[in-house]
Amino acid sequence: MDLVSNLSIGFGVAFTPINLLYAFVGCLLGTLIGVLPGIGPLATIAMLLPATYALPPVSALIMLAGIYYGAQYGGSTTAILVNLPGEASSVVTVIDGYQMARQGRAGPALAAAGLGSFFAGCVGTLVLAGFAVPLTEVAFKFGPAEYFSLMILGLIGAIVLASGSILKAVGMVLLGLLMGLVGTDVNSGVARFSFDIPELTDGIGFIVIGMGVFGYGEIISNLGKHASERQVFAAEVKGLMPTKEDFRNMLPAVLRGTLLGSALGILPGGGATMAAFAAYTIEKKARMRPGEVPFGKGNIRGVAGPESANNAASQTSFIPLLTLGIPPNAVMALMVGAMTIHNIQPGPQVMTSNPELFWGLIASMWIGNAMLIILNLPLIGIWIKLLTVPYRWLFPAIVLFCAIGVYSTNNNTFDIWMVAIFGVIGYSFIKLGIEPAPLLLGFVLGPMMEENLRRALLLSRGDWSVFVTRGLSASLLAVAALLLVIVLLPSVKRKREEAFVEE
Amino acid sequence: MAVKSQKDFFSGLLFIVVGVAFAWGATNYKIGDAARMGPGYFPLLLGVLLAILGVIVTFNALVVETEDGDKIGSIAWRPLFFIILSNLTFGVLLGGLPSFGLPYMGLIAAIIALTFIAALAGEEFKFKEVLILSFILALTCYVTFIVMLKLQFPAWPAFIAG
Repeated sequence: MDLVSNLSIGFGVAFTPINLLYAFVGCLLGTLIGVLPGIGPLATIAMLLPATYALPPVSALIMLAGIYYGAQYGGSTTAILVNLPGEASSVVTVIDGYQMARQGRAGPALAAAGLGSFFAGCVGTLVLAGFAVPLTEVAFKFGPAEYFSLMILGLIGAIVLASGSILKAVGMVLLGLLMGLVGTDVNSGVARFSFDIPELTDGIGFIVIGMGVFGYGEIISNLGKHASERQVFAAEVKGLMPTKEDFRNMLPAVLRGTLLGSALGILPGGGATMAAFAAYTIEKKARMRPGEVPFGKGNIRGVAGPESANNAASQTSFIPLLTLGIPPNAVMALMVGAMTIHNIQPGPQVMTSNPELFWGLIASMWIGNAMLIILNLPLIGIWIKLLTVPYRWLFPAIVLFCAIGVYSTNNNTFDIWMVAIFGVIGYSFIKLGIEPAPLLLGFVLGPMMEENLRRALLLSRGDWSVFVTRGLSASLLAVAALLLVIVLLPSVKRKREEAFVEE
Repeated sequence: MAVKSQKDFFSGLLFIVVGVAFAWGATNYKIGDAARMGPGYFPLLLGVLLAILGVIVTFNALVVETEDGDKIGSIAWRPLFFIILSNLTFGVLLGGLPSFGLPYMGLIAAIIALTFIAALAGEEFKFKEVLILSFILALTCYVTFIVMLKLQFPAWPAFIAG
């Protein structure tokens, strides 16, 4: 069977002692940083990316995947233990997870999150492996018009999922697209918006934006709050294992979450957040077993469902990236940057030209998930300790890692000046109540979109109708329009606002 | 007309200013037409869209009622100033400023300076604590980045390393 032989190539690559070590170190570092309150996977990956520069491409990607899962799991830990979601996708975990922690059931909650994530991760990896080949074949049928429409769909997805005002999210996407255009235009060789600064002709570094906006912006905003607002309540954890009753309750939730997450993750713009929200809604609707704790009061299903969904989705969200070369969300946008640094152009050609890398990465995802279980359940105590470290010791270290990370990208102090500017910009976004994630996605897609728009219209001799006359492109745009209409419907709009109120 | 949502009002203005700036900047490049796009075409399009969107957001901010006026709230000047300053100092010390004839001081000095300045951004500043923290960070970074990852950082000042 193809799938088996492909996966065995992958495991052959990933199961070398050195790559296992990198996966382990990645998970460890990812959890370590991700567990810090207020730091989501995005900031964690941006911060740790430089640590992978010196590695060979396969090992670097394996380590990055480890960092990603680690950061996500770390975020869940913080959500459950201290009521602070480190990222949008663990917002719903907070609701029941924290209640469980307060009742002294943090152990089972963390175990449910861990085991659920592991199961979801395994399924997600299989889905990824199974879908990759057929989807890559579809990808070769894509012309510039289809790529452009797909990117529109992805961006609309990001807009729909952003918390807060939809209009402002559209603005951030446009702003991101524009920023992505800074630098030399590949077609004409004209240096655009570079103000004759040589460093700017290469464009703005995505790490600079990521660190500035997500790292510095967040830190400044956190420091601006009073200590009481970021009060860390570290609950005592006794007993890790869920009871038999817990297992019976969480099993169906894990299954539903996994299924939902795998499906939603594939959609461009979809991904972890939507999956987690949807899974929680479904769990709430599902019939209660007798004697079960109500939702919002520490129901284990409210942890297991969303956590499985979000992990399955983060697995399958690699599908659009690896097969089409299009990042479906901001985290994957960072992955594109990481791949480019290692001279890999993500897209359908990766699988054929670089099968070891492709299947190695997929295998390493499974390893990363397994690693998390091995690493996190025994080490929970240490992560909790970390949460009791005073913030005044943590934030100088975070600032430092950001600064070093930015500098090491190009060994150029120009990036440090830029990150200062973006730090100020990021803080103003927070103050203005604008969610910055769509900006990063727009930023990465900017040049790709321009290129595909240009080609599509060149082929059609300037006729814009090409986007709706080609079937595949038209259907992608139709889905995008549908998403937008749904989210603008009054009833959905109200629900969406309710869902994001928690943030 | 009173501002109903301060946050949205200024977000809208921001979008207008940036949109207009990009659109205006784009007119300096060849625009071309849809079939043959010049380097100015796409940025002009996006800039105009962003500016229009800004107008809508600003307009909504003036018209749509909000519960509490959506105030921006106080700005955390102290953290803003010290975090950014610590970052800039780090850059100056690590890389030097060749255009001003300032030599680099290396990673260790940069880390210690960054830790001290950044720590000033917090509510509490205990000299001894920060001193210990800065040394721990300097040592950890030296070991991870220079010894283990072998990144090309100058560790010590130019006048010592020569």
